[in-house]
Amino acid sequence: MSDRLAPTRTAEFEARLKKRYAAERRFKMAGLGAILFSVGVLAFLLVTMGFNGIGGFQRAEMNVPIDFTQAGLSGDPAVLAQPDAVQTLEAQGLPSIVDFYAEQKLGAEGAAHISASAWRLVADRIIDDPAILRGTATFSLPASAKLAAGLNGEGSPEMRALATSLAQQGKLETKLDLGFLERADATDPQQVGIWGALKGSMLTMIVTLLMAFPIGVMAALYLEEYAAKNRWTDLIEVSINNLAAVPSIIFGLLGLAVFLWIFPNMRSAPLIGGMTLALMTMPVIVISGRNAIKAVPPSIRDGALAVGASPVQVVFHHVLPLALPGILTGTIIGMARALGETAPLLMIGMRAFVATPPQDFTSPATVLPVQIFLWSDEIDRGFVERTSAAIIVLLVFLLLMNGLAIYLRNRFEKKW
Amino acid sequence: MSPAILLVLALGLGLAGWLAARARAWTFRRDSANGRIAALPVYHAWYVALWIVVPVLLFVGLWSVIAPQLISQSVLASPAASDLPAFGFQRDAILSEARSVASGSAKAVFNEAANGLVEPYRAAISRYNLIGVLATLIIAFLAGAWAFLRIKPDFTARTRVEKAVMTILLLASLVAILTTLGIVVSLVFETIRFFGMVSPLDFLFGTQWGPDPMSNPNSPDGSRYGAIPLFWGTIYIGAVIAMIVAIPLGLMSAIYLTQYANPTLRKWIKPALEVLAGVPTVVYGYFAALTVAPAIRDAAFAVGITNASSESALAAGLVMGVMIIPFVSSMADDSIAAVPQAMRDGSLAMGATTSETIRKVLVPAALPGIVAGVMLAVSRAIGETMIVVMAAGAAANLTGNPLEAMTTVTFQIVAMLTGEGSFDHPATLSAFALGFVLFMVTLGLNFIALRVVKRFREAYE
Repeated sequence: MSDRLAPTRTAEFEARLKKRYAAERRFKMAGLGAILFSVGVLAFLLVTMGFNGIGGFQRAEMNVPIDFTQAGLSGDPAVLAQPDAVQTLEAQGLPSIVDFYAEQKLGAEGAAHISASAWRLVADRIIDDPAILRGTATFSLPASAKLAAGLNGEGSPEMRALATSLAQQGKLETKLDLGFLERADATDPQQVGIWGALKGSMLTMIVTLLMAFPIGVMAALYLEEYAAKNRWTDLIEVSINNLAAVPSIIFGLLGLAVFLWIFPNMRSAPLIGGMTLALMTMPVIVISGRNAIKAVPPSIRDGALAVGASPVQVVFHHVLPLALPGILTGTIIGMARALGETAPLLMIGMRAFVATPPQDFTSPATVLPVQIFLWSDEIDRGFVERTSAAIIVLLVFLLLMNGLAIYLRNRFEKKW
Repeated sequence: MSPAILLVLALGLGLAGWLAARARAWTFRRDSANGRIAALPVYHAWYVALWIVVPVLLFVGLWSVIAPQLISQSVLASPAASDLPAFGFQRDAILSEARSVASGSAKAVFNEAANGLVEPYRAAISRYNLIGVLATLIIAFLAGAWAFLRIKPDFTARTRVEKAVMTILLLASLVAILTTLGIVVSLVFETIRFFGMVSPLDFLFGTQWGPDPMSNPNSPDGSRYGAIPLFWGTIYIGAVIAMIVAIPLGLMSAIYLTQYANPTLRKWIKPALEVLAGVPTVVYGYFAALTVAPAIRDAAFAVGITNASSESALAAGLVMGVMIIPFVSSMADDSIAAVPQAMRDGSLAMGATTSETIRKVLVPAALPGIVAGVMLAVSRAIGETMIVVMAAGAAANLTGNPLEAMTTVTFQIVAMLTGEGSFDHPATLSAFALGFVLFMVTLGLNFIALRVVKRFREAYE
């Protein structure tokens, strides 16, 4: 009797309870710590890229006024409208004119470090607006990569000294370089741009979308709505699930061995890259498409069948429109993954140096992630900031795509 | 360029057939006694359109493969091609230069020898383009006319169109099997060629890796093709270092998110983890090479390890682990959510604290699912390419020191196939053998993991 009345909350018990509660708190803190670590790494990564990348959208430039009335260029608008106007201007001595005025303004040392192809910028401005030939115009010309490095406090001591003195005289400054979004790859970090790679990525993504989306949706419809339960269907399901987990580099080997064997002349063409990525994206679309189709309630199908629709009509008139937002969400997520993919494209040769934006689906191209990889391999320090800037461009596109997917999911998702 | 034009042509012809057939079906409907025909006009339209588009697409696909070969054959048969170098790289370079000038993608040739070939190329390209367009038109017209003539008031167009649609759907789902088959066949084929030059025993059990793509391809040195250091590097980076980071962090994140976090926090953290999962691997690779690897080297110097390399297995493994966290977290999330609520309630009712419930009831009950998730995570980590290419280094070291450079299977695949070696060289072919090993291992891991998950789900249903 007395045993039962003995207090349960003995000192021993209280001590044990305290220990258990302490363990509870520690465990909870560990969980919170894990989350904070992951989010912290993400934040650190984005901040690092952002901080470096700001420099990538800028470049060191020098102001050079050119008095064209003294330069003796024939400013005939008819000649300047010709496609070979740049060559004409070169023959008329534009490069040496630019050098001359640069030397007058910046001194011999400074002029030696104007980017070698700076006169092309001048030529482009003249062709755009021949009227400037009648007066004096000031051009902001890019400095050489060495001088730009000097301005950033890197490179040789002489360069740093020269850059500092030019900057103090107000002759050398860091300016916003929006041309980065319009140019293509180059060997000089001052001259590179992202447009070539971006256009290559877009062409590749168009091919991927055109191939993976119809095939993926049709396969999902077949497997979810029509396929009989038999060995063939199982085989298809197993291969789709496995393809979704196969490392992306294996798809690159497939593209190399099969597509480049069929089309040997199309190394590094967006067509081949898009086909390779389509094979990789298709399983993702099939899997998300099946989930979306599964979510359409059977009553819809039964209702349509009851009023006399054929099985094909049921699917194409009722199930597919209702499942489409879900399918599109999955497609966008799959496309975002394909956009960031690098390894399979390296395999099929999309790592060539491509200095002009691709014209069509069969001309040599590179894509954004591969461009990032190529620039990250460059020894010149100027490429570090450019690489981060390219990463920012890529991440912006990925965020836009994922944002669109989330919007579609929230806007059109129905709870039945 | 030409295939794109043919595609547009095919779709335009299909549209024309669609409109014509629909108009004809409408007239049937108007003329019929009761205003009814065997199928709606739109099905007649689709019937004709399918008959036009499908054969034309088949032809365009085939033509885009054979036309370039026909063009080069006719150019090689031209008199201008007689003084080309007989074989090899130079000949291909000249031909491809002439082709790019003739097709308009380049303005002028560098190599004088290509100049004479530009005209034959231009002539051949325009000739075969014309043939392609004409053949497309003829095929479209014949197939369309045949289909159009079959349209009658009592023609059951709908059942035929639906049968065709079902066939197309079935073919689309077979693409997955074809892809798998393509992967297996191409890998096996090249692997067999490789094993014809280097013994499989040397490859699988040798401990020295250092193929020389410039050596004589006919007498490869088998002792330089030992892949054990690559397998070791892959496992050490992907399955050891990365998992030491990813398993505890991913598991604890999932536990906190599902058991402790309030809905507001969850609403913000889940998308953040999704962003972490969506960051391209090349960005992680750059982060590893630019930020993490130098930091690790400096830290090693600070504690007195002077031989730390700037490319280390540790840097690649750590960043890879971070990359895998969201994956492990979402798999653990699913498995914990699959444990019946009654088990959790029972444990709490007995007086266990939340953490005791999690550690002693939920996690053990969810363990098969978590293990399967970890296996999938490992299979993803060992197939990961860009992080190791950018941060792990090329030296095939068989060591346990995480501060040394190590190389992996994926790194060597990239290195062997992006080098200058020819396609018949064992060094290049070894990439396919490595790819085959990687494919089989990831396949095995996925297969086992999916079975475990399936059985585990059934246990609670």
